[in-house]
Amino acid sequence: MSVSTTHLVKKSRLQSVSIWLDRDARLGPLMIAPAAILLIVLIGYPFLSGIYLGFTDRIIARSDTGHFIWFKNYLDLLKDNIFQKTVSNTFNYAFTAVFFKLVLGMLMALVLDQVTVLKNLFRGVLLLPWIIPTSLSALGWLWMFQPQFSVLNRLLLDSGIIQDKIIWLGSPFWAMFSVQLVNIWRGIPFFGISLLAGMQTIPQDLYEAASIDGANSWRRFWSVTVPLLMPVTIVVTLFSIVQTIADFQVVYVLTRGGPVNSTHLFATLTYQTAILGSELGKGAAISLFMFPVLVLAVTLQLRYLQRQD
Amino acid sequence: MHASATRSQTFGALNARRSRLVRRTLRGLGVYGGLAFFLVIMLFPFYFMLITSFKPDVEIYDISQFPLIVKAPTFGQYQHLFEKTHFLLWLKNSAVVATASTIISLTLGTLAAYALARLKFRGRQSLGLSVYITYLVPTSLLFLPLASVIRQIGLFDNPVALMITYPTFLVPFCTWLLMGYFKAIPRELEECAMVDGCTRFHAFRAIVLPIMLPGLVSAGLFAFTLSWNEFLYALTLTQSYEVKTLPVGIVSQLVLGDVYFWGSLMAAAVLGSAPIAILYAFFLEYYVKGMTAGAVKG
Repeated sequence: MSVSTTHLVKKSRLQSVSIWLDRDARLGPLMIAPAAILLIVLIGYPFLSGIYLGFTDRIIARSDTGHFIWFKNYLDLLKDNIFQKTVSNTFNYAFTAVFFKLVLGMLMALVLDQVTVLKNLFRGVLLLPWIIPTSLSALGWLWMFQPQFSVLNRLLLDSGIIQDKIIWLGSPFWAMFSVQLVNIWRGIPFFGISLLAGMQTIPQDLYEAASIDGANSWRRFWSVTVPLLMPVTIVVTLFSIVQTIADFQVVYVLTRGGPVNSTHLFATLTYQTAILGSELGKGAAISLFMFPVLVLAVTLQLRYLQRQD
Repeated sequence: MHASATRSQTFGALNARRSRLVRRTLRGLGVYGGLAFFLVIMLFPFYFMLITSFKPDVEIYDISQFPLIVKAPTFGQYQHLFEKTHFLLWLKNSAVVATASTIISLTLGTLAAYALARLKFRGRQSLGLSVYITYLVPTSLLFLPLASVIRQIGLFDNPVALMITYPTFLVPFCTWLLMGYFKAIPRELEECAMVDGCTRFHAFRAIVLPIMLPGLVSAGLFAFTLSWNEFLYALTLTQSYEVKTLPVGIVSQLVLGDVYFWGSLMAAAVLGSAPIAILYAFFLEYYVKGMTAGAVKG
């Protein structure tokens, strides 16, 4: 009998706790707390400590935390040739790649929108470059660019498109071309499938109305598809700009930033400076140069989303 | 005169029909030509990786042989991978890390998404906004100070470091995706249950979660894929080969100095991608939903 009484007491205590919790103002913060704590400890805190780190001359191997040197890292970097090269590389890389991803992705979406045979199969396989681990597909590209056995050279030579071998990753121009090519290849499906999803939310009668008014398909694309697709396009493009500027894997696997620093991006230079070169403070300062881009992209996105509402 | 008018009308109609046919054919050619173009460009690298992985070394390094075919296919490269490298160990590490971080992220993400989508409490709006912003923060902005934090708490070179850091980009993603699903479920469902004496949390668990299953599958698959593919954190937070994940193990350990064993490297790349490709083949619709949720709903 005593056993069943304690059982009852326990149960009612549990009940009273759950009743106490049954208020939005209590349950809400409690449900969000685990996620919030994780993000504060592993994003918020590292971010702030990264800002602090950027103001110090800390070296990894040394046990002390380094000296506070104000903006010296930033001033040094602005005068540094390799860093200047990295800035121009990053913007060249990102804007060229995002431009082609957008144009070719739009083309892919338009094509897929018209395909009626084995629709899902084609959509599925065309998304593969985006879903497969980038480091591993980049390894496949590294093999296709290999100086002696490059299959790309072989096919281009055999078909008479080029007369001499291209040294894909060996010269600054072709190395940049190659890493951009791989980034574009990987990113087209993301644009393609997102834009396709956006296209399919456009009501069909708008196209019919435009046809009745005598618009040909080119005209219908520019006056119906493009304006109605604008919100998706902007969100996807801004997202891709941030991701491309912050890219690491493609360059790390293909060139490690070379030859002669011609393909270094912020992330790979950060890695080389801080992890391989032990200059932790300087490395942190390099990666923080990405922050203004992020802020700009987030602000634009939020402003655009608010206007949509 | 009457007769000629009729004739020209017939001609006109015929011409119109013919030109419509021509237009439709051209359009079909354009569409399927474009499709063929994209299929070749997007899939060629995978084809070449696959074909290389089945070649013996003599064929891989024979310049006279046409590279797109294999004459004597062999599993030798795969055998080398299993017997002479730590491939299986890395495969296991990747599976453990991806599963653990997916479970953590789904749990935290579901709780947070429900609170943000359904409950009224102070600070809800700004919390929702911060989740969206953290969703956009790239890992390469944070990996350096994060590595210091991980060293400070003594988890460097420990798989647990990856299990707790991957959720930093997965939780915002899951939360954002699941909020959309929660908002699509009519409030009345829970309210009825609550009128019948359920607490809010019980209604959430017993009524809302089962309806949410497609959303959970979508978020879970995506979280698993993103963890499986993650590279930078795994590269910087682990050091010894025993704890490396598959992508980092392959890229950093299978290359010995400047010597590349292309055959087994390609075999490793194929096998390392296979789990994701298989998952993907079975759940394609969920993937497309997950991927476009941010863009289209946003």
